[in-house]
Amino acid sequence: MLYESSPVAIAIFASFVLAVVGLSFWLGRKGQSAKGYYAAHGEIHWFINGIAFAGDYLSAASFLGICGMIAFHGFDGFLYSIGFLAGWIVALFVIAEPIKSLGKFTFADALDAKFKSRGIKLSVAISTLVVSIFYLIPQMVGAGDLIVPLLGLPHAVGVILVGVAVTLIVVTAGMVSTTWVQFIKGSLLVFFCGVLTSMILARGLTVNTGSLEPQTRSVTPDGRVLVDGEPQTRDHDLRPVGTLAALPARYGDATTTGPLGALEYLSVLEDSRIVTWSGKKSTDASGTHTVFTPTEKAGADLLKPGGYFKGLTTGKLADKLDFASLMLALFCGTASLPHILIRYYTVKDAAAARKSTVVGIAAIGAFYVLTLFLGLGAMTSGALDPTSTNMAAPLLAKSFSETLFAVISAIAFTTVLGTVSGLIMAGSGAVAHDLVENVLRIPMDDAAKVRCGKIAAVGLGIVAMALGILFRNFNVSFLVGWAFNIAASANLPALVMLLFWPRTTKEGIISAVTVGMLASLAWILLSADTFEKVYGLSRDASPVPFSQPGLVTIPLGFLVLVVVSLLTKAQPRGKPA
Amino acid sequence: MTETSEPERSRPGRATRIGFGLFWIYVILYFGFIALVLFRPDVLSSRPFGGVNLAIASGLGLIAAALLLSVVYMVACRVVESPGGERH
Repeated sequence: MLYESSPVAIAIFASFVLAVVGLSFWLGRKGQSAKGYYAAHGEIHWFINGIAFAGDYLSAASFLGICGMIAFHGFDGFLYSIGFLAGWIVALFVIAEPIKSLGKFTFADALDAKFKSRGIKLSVAISTLVVSIFYLIPQMVGAGDLIVPLLGLPHAVGVILVGVAVTLIVVTAGMVSTTWVQFIKGSLLVFFCGVLTSMILARGLTVNTGSLEPQTRSVTPDGRVLVDGEPQTRDHDLRPVGTLAALPARYGDATTTGPLGALEYLSVLEDSRIVTWSGKKSTDASGTHTVFTPTEKAGADLLKPGGYFKGLTTGKLADKLDFASLMLALFCGTASLPHILIRYYTVKDAAAARKSTVVGIAAIGAFYVLTLFLGLGAMTSGALDPTSTNMAAPLLAKSFSETLFAVISAIAFTTVLGTVSGLIMAGSGAVAHDLVENVLRIPMDDAAKVRCGKIAAVGLGIVAMALGILFRNFNVSFLVGWAFNIAASANLPALVMLLFWPRTTKEGIISAVTVGMLASLAWILLSADTFEKVYGLSRDASPVPFSQPGLVTIPLGFLVLVVVSLLTKAQPRGKPA
Repeated sequence: MTETSEPERSRPGRATRIGFGLFWIYVILYFGFIALVLFRPDVLSSRPFGGVNLAIASGLGLIAAALLLSVVYMVACRVVESPGGERH
């Protein structure tokens, strides 16, 4: 769909972004040490850190991806919410306090605390970079998606805008500014999603009778976009979709429910009939055509599992394993994400790490409950863009008012800024602190460490921009699933076994990280999803039985660690876990 | 590499045990839910509580359980670790 930008939207958006970048410059005025740049001097209050956890974690995948998935596919999007939150249980009960106690600046510090091994530093630094880059892609894609309707600019401009803003944030004041950006973003996101949910409930559900004629979007070989065979213009564009066809019988002839309570809203929706749209792509000599067709469904069918994860209803074992694998990766992945783990170094001690995790769980849990209402609200808002699942939440806001749309889009954009800042901080620490200082052993004073981190941040910012443009057609939740799989496969086995299995050796850690990372990466590159969506090949050509690797590669990481540790002599231990 | 003192690094055994106990409770809840999604989706379509089906009720319940267990853990650690109350 084509979007028209409004001056109000541009003004609100510009104020948000300028305020956030301005805050970074203000915080960056103070002189910086390496500890200040990489760990905010370890002086962040646990409550601030807890909300910053939410700001770090609630990425474009959570806000844009989950809402979009619920809006188009129903309950299955909420499964991501459940899995994303469950991962924090591993972080709190297993990882939080030991990682705080063992590390200094980076995740590699913690894994290497006992052995002082360059091999561990190298393997963990590489895994940090790989996970961070995989996690960066969906954030940048989400940023580009937001810019299109908000400012009326091309997708690539959004990606470049966020890349430049984030690089400025990180380069100016490192972890200090990153923390405050994440705190502000986390607070705004939860608050405004709460406001939006209240408005959804106050509006209730209304039958809307949009046209149910199929719509076709074509892209000709010379790049022209056609809608139903005619050139796409603002007057001749795809119609917005997502409507309520009928309310439950108990409403009789009424076409609107009026305000509803939270549980009542879910209950009424379950007894209603809803029209969802799906697109089918085909290619011929005249170009690529996507035909969008409506399907009227019972609300009860949309609010049960199986709308997106088709294997849950078809009974195919490979599809069931694919789903189980994803949910395992979400559970294990959170506590293995380097940009989350480095946030533990910004607080004073292990008790503060624990308390900030609890605050994070409260804020993140509240947000994920809200995603259900946002997604379902979008599903019946009549405002969805059939070509973009990622735009569901902002377009839901637009169905209320342009101003709310601008505010929600600006918050979504700062959401991306907050998460990408954390990712670039993690990557910058991996390059400067782990690779340059500890693996290459290039001597650096405090100022040089900070300078090196900033140069790495600029490089990562450029990589992020390039990948954001390249992967623009992916659902962001789907892409984040890959990052969780790699993180869980590469990092979790080493971390857990180091903390809780005394016979773990440095060779075991290096092998587990390397094998876990390479195996999950290779699996993803060979998966049916990648064959279809990246290479444009048939799904049947994929040699692996299902797309999500975690179910195989997480246990593989543990197995490799145990076997290699048993085969290698345990190193003398300087410090107990 | 670490700047943390040795006494701070050692977790009280009881707090660790409480943490693991709560962790396993959640593991059972979470993977029990996943098992239902995988093998008995019909159960999740039922509406034992009236309006909301079991799929949504258990999803919301898992989120609430995560928060509840984490608060229980925080309180338990406070009791176990510090007879004199919070240190900061």
